[in-house]
Amino acid sequence: MADKILAQLPDDLGHFGQFGGRFAPETLMSALEDLEKSYREAQQDAVFQQRLAELLRDFVGRPTPLYFAAKLTKYCDGARIYLKREDLAHTGAHKINNTVGQGLLAERMGKTRVVAETGAGQHGVATAAVCAMLGQECVVYMGEEDINRQSLNVFRMRLLGAEVRPVSSGSRTLKDAINEAIRDWVTNVDSTHYLLGSVVGPHPYPMMVRNFQAVIGREARQQTIESTGRLPDYAIACVGGGSNAMGLFHPMASDHEVKLIGVEAAGLGLDTGKHGASLTAGSIGVLHGTKSYILQDEAGQIRQTHSISAGLDYPGVGPEHSYYKESGRASYVAVTDDEALEGFQLLSQQEGIIPALEPAHAIYYAATLARQLSKDHTILVNLSGRGDKDMNIVAEALRVQL
Amino acid sequence: MSRIGAIFATPQHKALIAYVTVGYPSIEATLQVVPALVEGGCDMIELGIPFSDPLSDGTTIQRASHGALQQGVTPKLCIEVAHKLHQMVDVPLIFMSYFNPLLRYGLEAFCAASSEGGIDGIIIPDLPPEEGVELERLTERYQLDLIYLITPTSTEERLRLVAARSRGFIYAVSLRGITGARETLPADLESFLARVRDITSQPLCVGFGIATPEQARRVVNMADGIIIGSRIMEIVENSPQPASSAQAFIEQIKNAISPH
Repeated sequence: MADKILAQLPDDLGHFGQFGGRFAPETLMSALEDLEKSYREAQQDAVFQQRLAELLRDFVGRPTPLYFAAKLTKYCDGARIYLKREDLAHTGAHKINNTVGQGLLAERMGKTRVVAETGAGQHGVATAAVCAMLGQECVVYMGEEDINRQSLNVFRMRLLGAEVRPVSSGSRTLKDAINEAIRDWVTNVDSTHYLLGSVVGPHPYPMMVRNFQAVIGREARQQTIESTGRLPDYAIACVGGGSNAMGLFHPMASDHEVKLIGVEAAGLGLDTGKHGASLTAGSIGVLHGTKSYILQDEAGQIRQTHSISAGLDYPGVGPEHSYYKESGRASYVAVTDDEALEGFQLLSQQEGIIPALEPAHAIYYAATLARQLSKDHTILVNLSGRGDKDMNIVAEALRVQL
Repeated sequence: MSRIGAIFATPQHKALIAYVTVGYPSIEATLQVVPALVEGGCDMIELGIPFSDPLSDGTTIQRASHGALQQGVTPKLCIEVAHKLHQMVDVPLIFMSYFNPLLRYGLEAFCAASSEGGIDGIIIPDLPPEEGVELERLTERYQLDLIYLITPTSTEERLRLVAARSRGFIYAVSLRGITGARETLPADLESFLARVRDITSQPLCVGFGIATPEQARRVVNMADGIIIGSRIMEIVENSPQPASSAQAFIEQIKNAISPH
């Protein structure tokens, strides 16, 4: 019974237990209702689903492989480590799974203009690519701080025909880019679709983005069974807003033998206050239209966050993760910048795969866990993106002059 | 009838509501500007509790919120300021806040303290009726009006929902967008307000974008009141004499919307 409830969430108003919902300005309420209706129709529409499946195959390159990390496994001398290779998806990360789906949905709703926020730039690039392919006008909001640390992705978005608008308010990172994207959407709601990139925001976004990303978990579940004859003991993914993790977790929510672990950014350390660990170190609040764990001060103001990875530098998290935490279905841990850098180098050197800094957090945790487990255990890690975009940051952190 | 409701009891009277971000540029400024606005003819005052992420607000109120937070303004301090103002002016005071600071304060504690401090109503731009059930119950218990918003994008179904649930008055957002003074108001404003009028006889106050006496006059033809925020905060921010400049401005507006 509990399994069934977990798989059926959210309820009609977008609630996952006490979390989620639709805390949105009235201007957007009708648009959110329309979006939900269109999405539910598209779910039942065989033509839409076939077009989505074709694009996921031919444009994105799905299914992505499951890779047995033999050398890393040997190095850790413990549990067998498998990587779900979302880094091999088109544009270099899992973000494209959702942008293809929402891009098609925008087209179906007759919206010719798309706005998006981006942190690391991966969601912005994935949105720009899909908009180019579908012929939609694309505006991406990006914090100035992120523009500075992810200049390569800014260039990629512009090459793909998107307009990148710098955001100079607040902490000048992902949170502020979302504020600006929402303000744009409120102003241009009739012509514009807001292509939100994570399982956050008001209903139906957490549900819809999860469902578009669930292709990760469906494939990985099947591939793990084919490779090992059974389900993994652990499924591990990094969590910023939480879309790659929820995409991996959701299809395995009812497989209780699979332990689900989300890895957040501990930044400079949880005790420094400079981190992005909403679930591990936050409290319940409302941010960007949804009720979830957030990082806030005693007066309810949203706190500044820090992570070496722009994609995890966010003071909130998807409401379904909060529900998984509260219900005990998943557990959440946090890994520091330095540890993520260690994971980054470890995978590069052991497997010849350079991960993005975001999943480098998950890699570090998985390697640590593998050492404590016997060889008959398996760990499935979502390698949600590749590290090309992070070369400058890592070089700087390792004090290498490029 | 609530103190807010009583404002609308006089036939032909058009309510003038001014918004002020509490603590910007200073608490002292707020304590001077609000009485001046009342002196200038305001029927109610909306006191903005600053928030770090004001996603319904344009640059003027974003800047004011940020500035107030830099000054250390908290919801608790806002309640104290409201309490002082309540002793200085005899008009209804309404809090405008995003939902998270209230949630963090504790909804019941916030309602109790606000009521105690002389607050008459609350406006929350990111709380639609769907999520407002608990706060409606609490505001009723503490005799506060929870004022909901409608917008030109609200469907007829949503207009009915808001009309049935809003207390005190209905806040009609004039345009598709965020707060901020505008050169022109949308062409479909009259048809929007007519659509609302067809559905409800609740008092209707229009806000967002209103910045001039001409705009104010146009709006009150179709509504029971107007709300002005960003233009007042611009004046407060830029004038060497914020209180008297704000008062002079509001007198012009008052004059424009009073029957002659």
